[in-house]
Amino acid sequence: MWLIGGVLIFLAIKKQMEPSLLLPMGFGAILINLPNSGAKHVIDHLFNIGINDNELMPLILFIGIGAMIDFAPLLTNPKLMIFGAAAQFGIFFTLCLASFLGFELKDAASIAIIGAADGPTSIFVAIQLASNYTAAIMVAAYSYMALVPIVQPPIIKLCTTKKERMIRMPYVGKPVSKLTKILFPIVVTVIVGLVAPDAVALIGFLMFGNLIRECGVLDSLSETAQKVLANLITIFLGITIASKMTAAEFLRIETLLIMGLGLFAFVFDTFGGVMIAKLMNLFTKNKINPMIGAAGISAFPMSARVVNKLGLEEDNQNFLLMHSIGVNVSGQIASVIAGGLLLSFVQNIIGG
Amino acid sequence: MDLSISVDNLLQALPIMGMGMLGIFIVTGVIILIVTLLNKLTSGSDKSDKE
Repeated sequence: MWLIGGVLIFLAIKKQMEPSLLLPMGFGAILINLPNSGAKHVIDHLFNIGINDNELMPLILFIGIGAMIDFAPLLTNPKLMIFGAAAQFGIFFTLCLASFLGFELKDAASIAIIGAADGPTSIFVAIQLASNYTAAIMVAAYSYMALVPIVQPPIIKLCTTKKERMIRMPYVGKPVSKLTKILFPIVVTVIVGLVAPDAVALIGFLMFGNLIRECGVLDSLSETAQKVLANLITIFLGITIASKMTAAEFLRIETLLIMGLGLFAFVFDTFGGVMIAKLMNLFTKNKINPMIGAAGISAFPMSARVVNKLGLEEDNQNFLLMHSIGVNVSGQIASVIAGGLLLSFVQNIIGG
Repeated sequence: MDLSISVDNLLQALPIMGMGMLGIFIVTGVIILIVTLLNKLTSGSDKSDKE
């Protein structure tokens, strides 16, 4: 486990892969795996009060994330949300594969949600379902988020032709009223809360953060949520997750399988987003560049940047950033909806 | 845990996939409708705050 901790620290510093989480996780892995480690009970306590008992840390982090997100590109063109929905396909496909491979339903669902490309949602679902593989799921979720620029381009290129990748999409910036920006987080919270009550904490905290940002009278709180609050929680979240990275819990064959399934989920999320765009192109006059569908995974803003970069590689005047950002933030919402629906269905079946 | 290929587990998960994807698209559709409506209703409300 010291070696794994060292690898995580190396990836964080040298490769700059999600350093704010992988570094504390790596150091924590070393810390708690020292013989008779006196830190273990402290980190275990942090895990219990901050994650295990009430999922407090991922939820509070969501306030910060909500405050960081500008939903304007999505509100300008709400149809972009379709791609966010389609890009959750990998989650449900992976659920089937993990179940087929023999994982219990609660574990299969927790593994599948790695495809949400959303650390807090992955933690929330895994803890709610009392998965046996929480640590591996968290490590996989954050590692793959960092690997989006490596994982997505080959899949996108495999699913699209050069001609499709060169489709230009002029961006027409329509005005969005302040009232819409204020009502949006409230409306989304109510709708998702009614449909998937289990996800209402996640979506509610995310949208609360966004409401603070958009209301226009709480700039100081918004700034604190985006920076200080998010940073504080991130520091503790990484090292707290490490409490589950003991050799007994982490060093097993299932961990490798989970890493593989997480990658599978990311691949099929990307595939789902691209394919729905291609499908829509069969029926629409103004063609959509199918690559923007790939930004529907909620790894924000890496996925949107990847799509924009690929567009520019094919045609140096093909700017897709505003469209892909809109799809990317819709993926943030859709991944939470997916998490909530998955929780509801699975808990109904297992009687949780 | 003993991992092994399980068709029974797969059959249990398949309906969840169907309902999950359907659910996401329905919820998304409702949000799209409401946002479109909001955009229409509030388009002239506060020009000073427009981007």
